[in-house]
Amino acid sequence: MNLIKIIAIIILTPLVGGLLTGFDRIISARLQGRQGPPLLQPFYDVLKLTEKESIEVNSMHRFFVYVSLVFVVFTTLIMLSGGDILLAIFALTLGSVFFVLGGYASNSPYNTIGSERELLQIMSYEPMVLLTCIGLYYAQKSFFIKDIISATKPSIIYLPGVFLGLVFVLTFKLRKSPFDLSMSHHGHQEIVKGITTEYSGKDLAVIEVTHWYEVIISLTLVYVFFATVSPISHVFAVIACLLVYLFEIIIDNSSARVKWQHALRSAWVVTGVMGTVNLLILSFF
Amino acid sequence: MDGIKKSPWILHYDGTSCNGCDIEVLACLTPLYDVERFGIINTGNPKHADVFLITGSVNEQNIPVVKQLYEQMPEPKVVVAVGICATSGGIFAECYNVAGGVDKVIPVDVYVPGCAARPEAIIDGVVKGLEILGEKKKNVGKRK
Repeated sequence: MNLIKIIAIIILTPLVGGLLTGFDRIISARLQGRQGPPLLQPFYDVLKLTEKESIEVNSMHRFFVYVSLVFVVFTTLIMLSGGDILLAIFALTLGSVFFVLGGYASNSPYNTIGSERELLQIMSYEPMVLLTCIGLYYAQKSFFIKDIISATKPSIIYLPGVFLGLVFVLTFKLRKSPFDLSMSHHGHQEIVKGITTEYSGKDLAVIEVTHWYEVIISLTLVYVFFATVSPISHVFAVIACLLVYLFEIIIDNSSARVKWQHALRSAWVVTGVMGTVNLLILSFF
Repeated sequence: MDGIKKSPWILHYDGTSCNGCDIEVLACLTPLYDVERFGIINTGNPKHADVFLITGSVNEQNIPVVKQLYEQMPEPKVVVAVGICATSGGIFAECYNVAGGVDKVIPVDVYVPGCAARPEAIIDGVVKGLEILGEKKKNVGKRK
């Protein structure tokens, strides 16, 4: 039974993530007054990339991408099976770090700059994500997602500030403007293609699929703020996830990419104000 | 299934173009023509590209650049020469610094004439290139 559940999570998560990315591209195109690609375009892209030649710069830089995928899949499994959110977050960070190592391994100047920027991005969003876990523990007295989503009151009541801070840093994780410094998707460009410049063919397909998993992980973090023991709240939670995703798409299309100094500073200011103040207030009750 | 025909990513390089064709290439991305309907994306990276669009003729200065960009693209790939300068050198063919059309340096699959080439013609050229891309994909499979 458990095995079926694990296989279902591994297969269904990228399907949903890919569809969301397809919606993202259509909505982005409509916001720009274009018709946009078909809904299944992300799947066509990945299918094409698997048919292409994979250029090998050296043996290591490809290896790291696959390790990164393994850790991101592991994170998804922990989160969607109601496991320890703290473990999930650290496994996700490990996946990101392997991705950065892959960027450095190729020795290309574009990849190196992309990797350095990815590190800065990790530094920007990681404190807020950790504060989110701590906040959820404060509110529901458990690090396990299955306990958090079976509480009587939704966590958003205790943690509105933390939630707003999380939505702010999700822009990093979803690789949206203004914080898509290290690698941007579809039409966008930044220092050629940042950390993905040297990847082609199957490796790039793996990076794309990893991103689909990360989209679902990001939205799961939103989900746990709304879900409670009552079944109807899970519907609200899904709607909240979709609204947050739509909000990020609108922000993506209405803002220009910022300098890394600004990205880092604004993320930490938001973390400090929204996250810390919320936790301070919570600690008095 | 032929994924490659549904998601051709383009690398655009300006040889010695007067920018007339370049503007038309970029016009394809605007809401009026919107080539993303066909999954076409303008990448800036040869390692992600499937279609190499060249505008303008090649000269002695950019021959190594064109060759390097072509070699960095993963197989299967097609080259589309956009505009009369890229197809044959056009009115600049006799200039002392111009080597001629793009086919003097790398194999060209589709020629799109015009001065400047119209966006409709460029889109037609890329779509024609996709057929060739499909053929080339089969050959890549055989070679392995």
